[in-house]
Amino acid sequence: MNSEFILSWIDYLVMIIYFAFVLGIGWALKRYMKDASAFLEAGRSMPAWVAGLAFISTNLGALEVMGMTGSGMKYGMLTTHFYWVGAIPAMVFLAIFMMPFYYGSKARSVPEYLKLRYDEKTRGLNAILFAVMTILASGISMYALAILMEKVLGWNFHLSLILSAAIVLAYTYLGGLSSAIYNEVLQFFIIVVGLLPIVILSLKDVGGWHGLQQSLAPIVSHMPQHYAPDTWTTTWKYTGTAKANPLGVEWYGIFAGLGFVLSFGYWCTNFLIVQRAMSAKSTTAARNTPLIGAIPKMFIPFLIIVPGIVALVLANTPGKGFALPLNEAGQPIYDYTIIMLLKQYLPAGVLGLGVTALLASFMSGMAGNVSAFNTVWTYDIYQSYIRPTTKDKVSDDNHYLFVGRMATIFGVVVSIAAAYLASLFGNIMDFLQTIFSMVNAPLFAVIFLGMFWKRATGHAAFTGLLAGFFIALMHHGLTFPEGANTLVKGGWIAHLHAYPVEMAQNFWTAIFACSTSAIVTVVLSLLTKQKKSDDELKGLVYVLTPKLNEEAVPWYTRSTTLAIIVLLLVSILTILFW
Amino acid sequence: MGIDIKIPIGLMFTIFGLLLTAYGFFTRLDAALYKPSMGININLWSGLGMLILGVIMLALAYISRSQKP
Repeated sequence: MNSEFILSWIDYLVMIIYFAFVLGIGWALKRYMKDASAFLEAGRSMPAWVAGLAFISTNLGALEVMGMTGSGMKYGMLTTHFYWVGAIPAMVFLAIFMMPFYYGSKARSVPEYLKLRYDEKTRGLNAILFAVMTILASGISMYALAILMEKVLGWNFHLSLILSAAIVLAYTYLGGLSSAIYNEVLQFFIIVVGLLPIVILSLKDVGGWHGLQQSLAPIVSHMPQHYAPDTWTTTWKYTGTAKANPLGVEWYGIFAGLGFVLSFGYWCTNFLIVQRAMSAKSTTAARNTPLIGAIPKMFIPFLIIVPGIVALVLANTPGKGFALPLNEAGQPIYDYTIIMLLKQYLPAGVLGLGVTALLASFMSGMAGNVSAFNTVWTYDIYQSYIRPTTKDKVSDDNHYLFVGRMATIFGVVVSIAAAYLASLFGNIMDFLQTIFSMVNAPLFAVIFLGMFWKRATGHAAFTGLLAGFFIALMHHGLTFPEGANTLVKGGWIAHLHAYPVEMAQNFWTAIFACSTSAIVTVVLSLLTKQKKSDDELKGLVYVLTPKLNEEAVPWYTRSTTLAIIVLLLVSILTILFW
Repeated sequence: MGIDIKIPIGLMFTIFGLLLTAYGFFTRLDAALYKPSMGININLWSGLGMLILGVIMLALAYISRSQKP
């Protein structure tokens, strides 16, 4: 099966115009980059809707778009659990309960919040882990981009790697975080507009939602697992037992693992995400950022999951000539579902738009990683351990702006190196995702306790982070998903327990890590002395922070109103697609 | 900071809209081109949609500009 496209002049023209705008935005922002705060924190000046769309766009990287369309084909509407249970509640929680402390503490990063709330070593541990992981993630996303360009457009691997890195470097170097954020907003629109034709055409092809349900029924009921005919078009209906649905997880596993530990660990502690809300212009804007992002977020499944479900029908209808490319082991490569759909339906013109949307999603992921990396590097590592601030504020500002810019170059160069590393080890992506969930889950426990329990101490938090990570590592080493063929998937110490699917193992790793970290932090906090006075903790802990007064804000722009609307909308969607 | 992002978004989609509408119009009789999209002139429709999006963005930018002193 040939997965290569032939692009015509109009497709290239669309692509070139898009890149001209991307670089133009960076160029237009250049003259505002006067100090480190403008470059690394966007001067805390973003309107809520800009920060909100950037918030969602950073997460809408290409690995997400490609992965979720593939999951749509593999798991059907059950994939929406990653959105309606696995993201929205955590985003609402971040907005209402955590943003006041992140933003109000005047911390410039998540590691800096840890330093203010706990101590230096907790910050150091988090900052270094975050910096390393962010750069690796950026490299992997670049690798995926270059592979895609090679397979789909027939471009040279090395050339597309260097070219895309150069574009991201140019606009983040020129305009810093502001440039990354503004471009993320642009990317959000191009991704939606570029993928919309696929949704419309693919649904029309199968006769709308009803036609889709009808065409799926015989395909699904003939699968060897004996699923019910409407398994692919429902969300909660078949989660009573793990065997009845293709995810292989039952409702409480989805609820606790995905809906609580994994999603709160990701959305509430990942600086890459939180940084967008921190760039907002006021506390209200910062709280509204995740809520405004939540509204498009809950509709993204229709954009990327539904076409994936149609792909399952296409693949089972011989006349359509639709098939996924196969890997060396003869397995279909589900990540390529979206690309094969572009090829299936789009004529020259909108095809260029669709390919541009994919490119845009790659760049938003990469630029997000680079802009979060340079902030953590400059403030939490360089300013803290290498060259602290001096009395001369002007020369400091210039110096840290310079360091921030150098960190941007350094970040991109190391990302390129990481991309080549990824091309040598095929498993590096699985490996990194495993490490991410091991680091994030304990972090959520520690930050949550820090915000809501003033007794939590620095020594306890530090030990809690390490203990949570250690337990996650042990759990991963002692258990394995059935049919695992590499040690990256687990079981590298012993085979104590086998999970039916990998996802179940991931959920439980996170649950163990998070609870261990919480228990260790609580117990050690009670055994150690709180070194921070109540005065130092003001604005960092719930009980010591004055209540936010929203009375001056009109009721319809209040965060609580928005939060209720978001939760109401997501409940309606859940019921509609139950 | 500095720029109003609605302006570049509006400009870009206006350009895309004009480009694809024109392309769709001139290729409307090309049946082979629109075979994958089941005979629908998707370029024309997407182009018109983007044109509307672009113009709305520019109009919003114009309004927020005239509101500021």
